[in-house]
Amino acid sequence: MCVTCGCSDDGEIKITNLETDETEHNHTHTLSDGIITHSHSHDTHIKAPQIHAKIHKTTISLEQDILANNNLLAAQNRGWFKGRNILALNLMSSPGAGKTTLLTQTINDLKHQLSISVIEGDQETANDAKKIKETGSKVIQINTGTGCHLDASMIERGLQKLNPPLNSVVMIENVGNLVCPALFDLGEQAKVVILSVTEGEDKPIKYPHMFRASNIMILTKIDLLPYVDFDVQKCIEYAKQINPQIQIFQVSATTGTGLEKWYAWLIEKLTNLSTIPSSLRNT
Amino acid sequence: MHEFGITQNIVAIVTEHAKGAKVQRVLLEIGKLSAIMPDAIRFCFDICTQGTLLAGATLEILEIPGLGRCRQCGAEIYLDKPFGICNCGSVELDLITGEELKIKEIEIEELCV
Repeated sequence: MCVTCGCSDDGEIKITNLETDETEHNHTHTLSDGIITHSHSHDTHIKAPQIHAKIHKTTISLEQDILANNNLLAAQNRGWFKGRNILALNLMSSPGAGKTTLLTQTINDLKHQLSISVIEGDQETANDAKKIKETGSKVIQINTGTGCHLDASMIERGLQKLNPPLNSVVMIENVGNLVCPALFDLGEQAKVVILSVTEGEDKPIKYPHMFRASNIMILTKIDLLPYVDFDVQKCIEYAKQINPQIQIFQVSATTGTGLEKWYAWLIEKLTNLSTIPSSLRNT
Repeated sequence: MHEFGITQNIVAIVTEHAKGAKVQRVLLEIGKLSAIMPDAIRFCFDICTQGTLLAGATLEILEIPGLGRCRQCGAEIYLDKPFGICNCGSVELDLITGEELKIKEIEIEELCV
């Protein structure tokens, strides 16, 4: 368990570089002055003074945000991406919604226009990372062990191994789970929730935290609509009720339907990153 | 079950601030819209504090109700979910309270020699 980010058993987290097949168990630490180190100090035992004397109670007012360390690391990741003009997206969904299929299709269709590298998050196996590797993309697999989501510290460590090029896209495929990933800022520019039509249309109101936190909703597997009982309009209504600003794409990664709008959004978003706002020009 | 990791984080933060002193009480502030279950934190607290300065400490949790403000008409409404509909029909709500996740205060034993 990494007490710095505080969410999973650090001893079980593995980062696998698919280019070198190296797997590591390393650890990031943040010093009290906010500097992130890569030391391996685990000496956290505090020796209580063996003094027998009069004991007073003292109340210390902390007012400390429990996720402050994660949020600090996420802010550092955000700066890292910004400095390299990288568009980072956090892809989240329940298991089996089709994140990896959407991702491999997106990479294959856009590989001549965009450089896309991937951080894969799963509890176990490097199966998804292998699928991504077949597209020719750079990919790092992060196995969280018992952890149910990725956190900012894992992304920071993954990025050191991934070393994505300047002016590119980093897709972070989170652990399949519609609850926990919504709580952890990774330093991404946008959160993308993927919902397939084989799930219920009421997922947005069942998992409101996820749909409220997301900027984009991608409704996948729409080629299966004739065979399943799924009310698209109802689903969109629910999503807008939770998050009126959410932008929605309806796609099928297997037939290609609707993908062009998603690609246009992606390309525009990356292009806008490199555009200096007009308010800052000529100053 | 993110509460387990979050409780481990609470133990780490409190240990750091206790500076070796035994901790008697921990007061948390958890918003009702934060997606954190106080009962799950209570369950994890006894396990996570074993063998630490917090072992045997009392855990108190202040639950903060959810309050939103309508962007259209400015009305404030109480929420038990992180979304809702204002009387004016708008669903555009800014959350004012309910998302807190904080260690408010801790009580430690101070040795007087």
